[in-house]
Amino acid sequence: MYHYNDFDEAFVRERVAQFRGQVERRIDGSLTEDEFKPLRLMNGLYLQLHAYMLRVAIPYGTLNSRQMRQLAMIADRWDKGYGHFTTRQNIQFNWPKLGEVPDILEALADVEMHAIQTSGNTIRNVTADHFAGAAADEIADPRPVAELIRQWSTDHPEFQFLPRKFKIAVTGSPNDRAVTRAHDIGLRMVRNDAGEPGFEVIVGGGLGRTPMIGQVIRDFVAQQDLLPYLEAIVSVYNLLGRRDNKYKARIKITVAENGIDEIRARVEAQFEQSKAEWGGFDQELLARIEHSFAPPVFKRAGLEKFNANLAANGAFRAWCDTNLSEHRDPEHAIVTVSIKAHGATPGDASSTQMRVLADLAERLGYDELRISHEQNVILPHVHKSDLPEIYATLRDHGLATANVGLISDIIACPGMDYCALATARSIPVAQEIATRFDELKLEHEIGPLKIKISGCINACGHHHVGHIGILGLDRAGVENYQITLGGDGTETATIGERTGPGFPADEIVPAVERLVGAYLEHRKSEEETFLQTYRRLGMDPFKAALYPEKAQSRAA
Amino acid sequence: MTRRPFAPKVVAANDLLDGDAVWLTEEDTWTRDMGEAELIEDEAVADDRLLFALGQANFVVGPYLVDAKATPKGPAPTHFREAFRMRGPSNYPHGKQAGE
Ligand code: HEM
Ligand code: SF4
Repeated sequence: MYHYNDFDEAFVRERVAQFRGQVERRIDGSLTEDEFKPLRLMNGLYLQLHAYMLRVAIPYGTLNSRQMRQLAMIADRWDKGYGHFTTRQNIQFNWPKLGEVPDILEALADVEMHAIQTSGNTIRNVTADHFAGAAADEIADPRPVAELIRQWSTDHPEFQFLPRKFKIAVTGSPNDRAVTRAHDIGLRMVRNDAGEPGFEVIVGGGLGRTPMIGQVIRDFVAQQDLLPYLEAIVSVYNLLGRRDNKYKARIKITVAENGIDEIRARVEAQFEQSKAEWGGFDQELLARIEHSFAPPVFKRAGLEKFNANLAANGAFRAWCDTNLSEHRDPEHAIVTVSIKAHGATPGDASSTQMRVLADLAERLGYDELRISHEQNVILPHVHKSDLPEIYATLRDHGLATANVGLISDIIACPGMDYCALATARSIPVAQEIATRFDELKLEHEIGPLKIKISGCINACGHHHVGHIGILGLDRAGVENYQITLGGDGTETATIGERTGPGFPADEIVPAVERLVGAYLEHRKSEEETFLQTYRRLGMDPFKAALYPEKAQSRAA
Repeated sequence: MTRRPFAPKVVAANDLLDGDAVWLTEEDTWTRDMGEAELIEDEAVADDRLLFALGQANFVVGPYLVDAKATPKGPAPTHFREAFRMRGPSNYPHGKQAGE
């Protein structure tokens, strides 16, 4: 795990002290809200419908048990006993009081955490594959590079006032679990013909009101050229990106308006010009960072106990089937802990649950935890012989739901239950879908299916890349939900297509049920997933199921 | 085109320290119960009250005018967004519905 050096520590402490002064001056009236707002946003403090909200970065989704316990402490002491894990590997506290936020930031600094650049037109928290360092299919752990990017981008003097926010995601695997194609810059580790690792660089992806899949700007950038190349991209964007219209300011629009070839030519020119100035200090830094991400020494304990439990306990077996992923060490497994119990709020964990997870990580997981963009918590390294104990502990705390990747493992943004920008609620829709399919006892039969819900066009819930996407809108003063189908956030990224008119709140769950019914009816076999069936058959059978009246009137 | 009649309004905002929803009263104070707010029936008065609210930066953040209707219990929201602000989130009994 990376540990702050003296510089990081001093920087974060100084920022807390500065912010404490700014909050005091806002409260005593010497700062206006216009002056204060950019300052609070620089420190991750938003104002929502019912309260302030503090967004804390979890760089590349990695936490240790001490940090998780501190988040639990913060939730209990200054919030309402829970936190909300988001698709951007952040945690959000929904109820902080303005005067107490500096104390929260101080408590975060105590465990090497902060809320810097979780807002504003800066390079945001760098996200990474949540299985980084553990996945069997990985070329190398992408987190050292993510940490390097974090250090380079934090407080970067040239990039504090970009045309718009800027999001970077990194994966070390060919299987993309970090949605790299929906980011301003996506990095995919690949090997060149000589077998050396480097990165495929993808630029101009993004969701929001103009969803776009990123394009490859260069298919191989050697590791030592990565920062100079990234800096070249961001400086070209800083110059070309539109500042006249907030809705055209993201790099996806810059790429679309100028064309990828023009952007590539400019980036190459900039890169050629500036790379000599780098002089290799970034590579020395990277070498030091890599040291702190050395994998743990994996223990050896045999698999007899695990196999015996698998055979004896059906519930354990079902949980293993859905919630485990292949680890690079054959005696270990990656555990995805679902924080999506049927009917619960996607992404919310109580302080008790956070402590349980911290204890398990410390005792049985080499002290490592990850937060996934799918709003679950990962124990990346668990010896298989410890799985029965982990399962039993999770079950005692409502954390053993066996639904990872299934219809109730829903991503939902906070929507109009919290967010000031929302046009409709998303959480209740997620709760109702999960509850309904749990009642029907159908979800294991349905198999892999990703539902993603956003409460407005900003698409924080990734609805465009959901196999079934749901977007909450305000139609003449009533909540209304629009459906998209066929979205995909992986290496075969696709933006979903709209089915047609939306549905009022009380009709959205039945609509999803009809979609699932159409899939079960039309799939070739149990092995063909929802997405595969959709790709094979297209929209028609699903549309017919969604809008039966229309299909009838056409037939008449 | 004829102008649509003016829909009655209240001035809404968030409290500076707690961040929760508050509404402006006739007495120039801020209330946590929309029913106690001032229902403004005239457009010129509405502009004037918003201007006053914008000058209250030591108490509130982001004041705005929002539609409301008269009821026996005082002004009530006409749109679900303001109704949610009056009540709190739907996934937990937090916020105003918990008497906070
Ligand atoms: C106060 C709460 C929030 C506000 C005000 C907010 C605001 C926004 C806005 C304005 C955009 C659109 C940016 C653009 O297209 O230029 C956006 C995008 C996004 N937000 Fe949020 N958001 C909030 C909460 C969240 C949460 C809780 C998550 C994670 C669950 C999240 C993750 C994202 C993601 C993944 C995007 C993706 C689209 C993209 O940037 O291309 N946001 N957000
Ligand atoms: S998608 Fe819209 S409603 Fe949901 S969190 Fe983002 S800005 Fe808020």
